[in-house]
Amino acid sequence: MIEVNRAGEVWVFAEQQDGVLHDCALELCGKARQLADELGVKAGAVLPGAQMAGLAERLIAQGIDNVYVIEDPRLAHFQTLPYARVLCHLIEKHTPQIVLFGATAMGRDLAPRVASEMRAGMTADCTDLEIKDVEDPRTKEVHKNLLLQIRPAFGGNIIATIVNYDWWPQMATVREGVIPLMEPDAARQGNIIPEPIKLDDSLFVIKLVERHVEERRVNLKGARVIVAGGGGIGSRENFRLIHNLAAAIGGAVGASRAAVDGGYIGKEHQVGQTGTTVRPALYIAAGISGAVQHRAGMEESAKIIAINTDKDAPIFSVSHYGIVGDVKKVIPMMIKALKERR
Amino acid sequence: MRDDGTVNRAALPAIFNPEDLNALETALEVRDAYGGTVTAISMGPPKAADILRACLFRGADRGVLITDRRAAASDTLATSYILSRAVRTVGRFDFVFAGRQAIDGDTAQVGPQCAEKLGIPQVTYLEQMIHVKDGIARIRRNFGDGWEVVDAPVPLLVTVLGSANRPRPSAARRVMRYKRAQIEAEVAAEVKAELGSASEDERNAETARRVKELAASGLLIDQWSLDDIGADLSRCGLAGSPTKVYRVQSIVLTKEGYTEIPATEEGIRQMIHELVVDRTLG
Ligand SMILES: Cc1cc2nc3c(=O)[nH]c(=O)nc-3n(C[C@H](O)[C@H](O)[C@H](O)COP(=O)(O)OP(=O)(O)OC[C@H]3O[C@@H](n4cnc5c(N)ncnc54)[C@H](O)[C@@H]3O)c2cc1C
Ligand SMILES: Nc1ncnc2c1ncn2[C@@H]1O[C@H](COP(=O)(O)O)[C@@H](O)[C@H]1O
Repeated sequence: MIEVNRAGEVWVFAEQQDGVLHDCALELCGKARQLADELGVKAGAVLPGAQMAGLAERLIAQGIDNVYVIEDPRLAHFQTLPYARVLCHLIEKHTPQIVLFGATAMGRDLAPRVASEMRAGMTADCTDLEIKDVEDPRTKEVHKNLLLQIRPAFGGNIIATIVNYDWWPQMATVREGVIPLMEPDAARQGNIIPEPIKLDDSLFVIKLVERHVEERRVNLKGARVIVAGGGGIGSRENFRLIHNLAAAIGGAVGASRAAVDGGYIGKEHQVGQTGTTVRPALYIAAGISGAVQHRAGMEESAKIIAINTDKDAPIFSVSHYGIVGDVKKVIPMMIKALKERR
Repeated sequence: MRDDGTVNRAALPAIFNPEDLNALETALEVRDAYGGTVTAISMGPPKAADILRACLFRGADRGVLITDRRAAASDTLATSYILSRAVRTVGRFDFVFAGRQAIDGDTAQVGPQCAEKLGIPQVTYLEQMIHVKDGIARIRRNFGDGWEVVDAPVPLLVTVLGSANRPRPSAARRVMRYKRAQIEAEVAAEVKAELGSASEDERNAETARRVKELAASGLLIDQWSLDDIGADLSRCGLAGSPTKVYRVQSIVLTKEGYTEIPATEEGIRQMIHELVVDRTLG
């Protein structure tokens, strides 16, 4: 555990593979920026790896101030022990107050190992993070500016908010797709800081024999928010609206069969009886009539918003929010409202 | 759930965490192929002895239950510390197998944290144990967007995916034998029920006698306290748990008719605001 350091930075573990940053790490940069601004401190990113041309600049464009770069050919493939050593070493050296990881396969392997070595508190799979003053009910002591780590528990029927009072850094993994990706700003300035650290050969005990990476599939099942478009979108060009709304909200793109048959988007996005069955926290059906075969794949969603010009469209019967209107007008308004929400 | 937001596990039935069955199966397969013994370790209230009996039914050689009131309210850091002390107390080992994650919290933290406490490497998300040769385990692990095969030296901690194998069922012959396996607390409760009128000393003596008998016939499930595993109490239970539950909210879903939102900027802003407030949107 490190000392409580109120000037400590807000850090992101910059997960990358083969020189490509993980989407989740890019999303986290925006969150780190926001938390750092609230705390009045700098946002940092830890970037270990082998060939990483341009990655530090990308992190800066996403909102990071200081990028700590650890370049070593032996770090080309992720391995827990050396990566954990890098993080623990830098945490001890720079005493950040918050360290965030994507709740990815890599993040969920690495973060608990680091938290254990640091004897720090750690919450897995958060869906949101906030800064708030918290009173310890036992000691009545008020802890200023703590990180609230918000996550669903017990199958998602409960939202738990976790804090750690004085076991720092405050650590969490954050689910992919729950934080909207910030627009990159290529003009942003930041520091790229090479960190010389000697990694003993004994840390590299695990030998990679073979590796097979699959094309990233459309992750409809795992998405917390899905924005789906139907025949009412009208054209492949208009379907951009669906992609834009999904990006603004941090969600995946879904479709009805009419949209797939119309060539607006690939079949792997289809929701319904002959597509994927989904159950996200929020499903937005835009220009979808709500045929029974479509509803079968989405009506278990926790919240449903329907947008349709026809007030009698069956989709409204399974919706929580209904907007009778034209998607071409309504979606831009939604994107605007999302951008202004904070 | 208790008022302070921690879960009252004593009020829940002891259930076998699904991926722990896969972890047990992997351990049994490794033993069956290469020899050795399988010790099942669990930490929980006395009724978690049920889980250890279930392990014995399936083929485990020994069961150990860490049960101690002072371990209550442990978060993953404290839990992994206690489990690592238990592993050390069992003695020399080549593998520690854990489920990838438990279904109550889905944290998937206890495995990696336990590996760190033991000072050994970890391989997460095992899908297949290909072989073990000269102290090196060849493991296929699945990381979601693909898979890799790695060679890792023992001693090693491995977390196991639900897709790794089909856990064997309980063996009828073993059920016959091990349904009588007990922890000391269960023996004591039994003695108390049977000899209610006897003095405490007499009951203790009878408990000790029965425990000895069970041990002699290989039917005693070890019951260890935090003292038995040499645990530093400041690292256990509430005192050793950095994370605290600050707030718990139940999500209530109602779906009676829909809210009509006017297709105006104000209407949509209001809807987005509601979705942020109820945490549908981050
Ligand atoms: C065996 C079988 C399996 C099937 N499986 C599936 C499946 O898995 N998934 C699936 O989706 N379908 C499936 N279907 C097809 C299904 O029956 C419907 O044909 C399909 O869902 C219709 O898609 P849609 O509602 O997007 O299109 P349409 O029926 O064309 O409806 C378009 C909707 O958009 C609205 N609209 C038009 N313009 C606008 C605008 N500018 N703004 C807002 N709204 C507008 C209209 O009012 C209308 O409600 C299956 C059918 C069969 C027979
Ligand atoms: N109290 C416990 N007793 C034994 N094993 C545990 C306990 N808690 C967690 N584990 C192991 O750690 C794994 C991951 O748990 P979790 O981090 O809670 O998701 C589980 O699948 C178990 O194998």
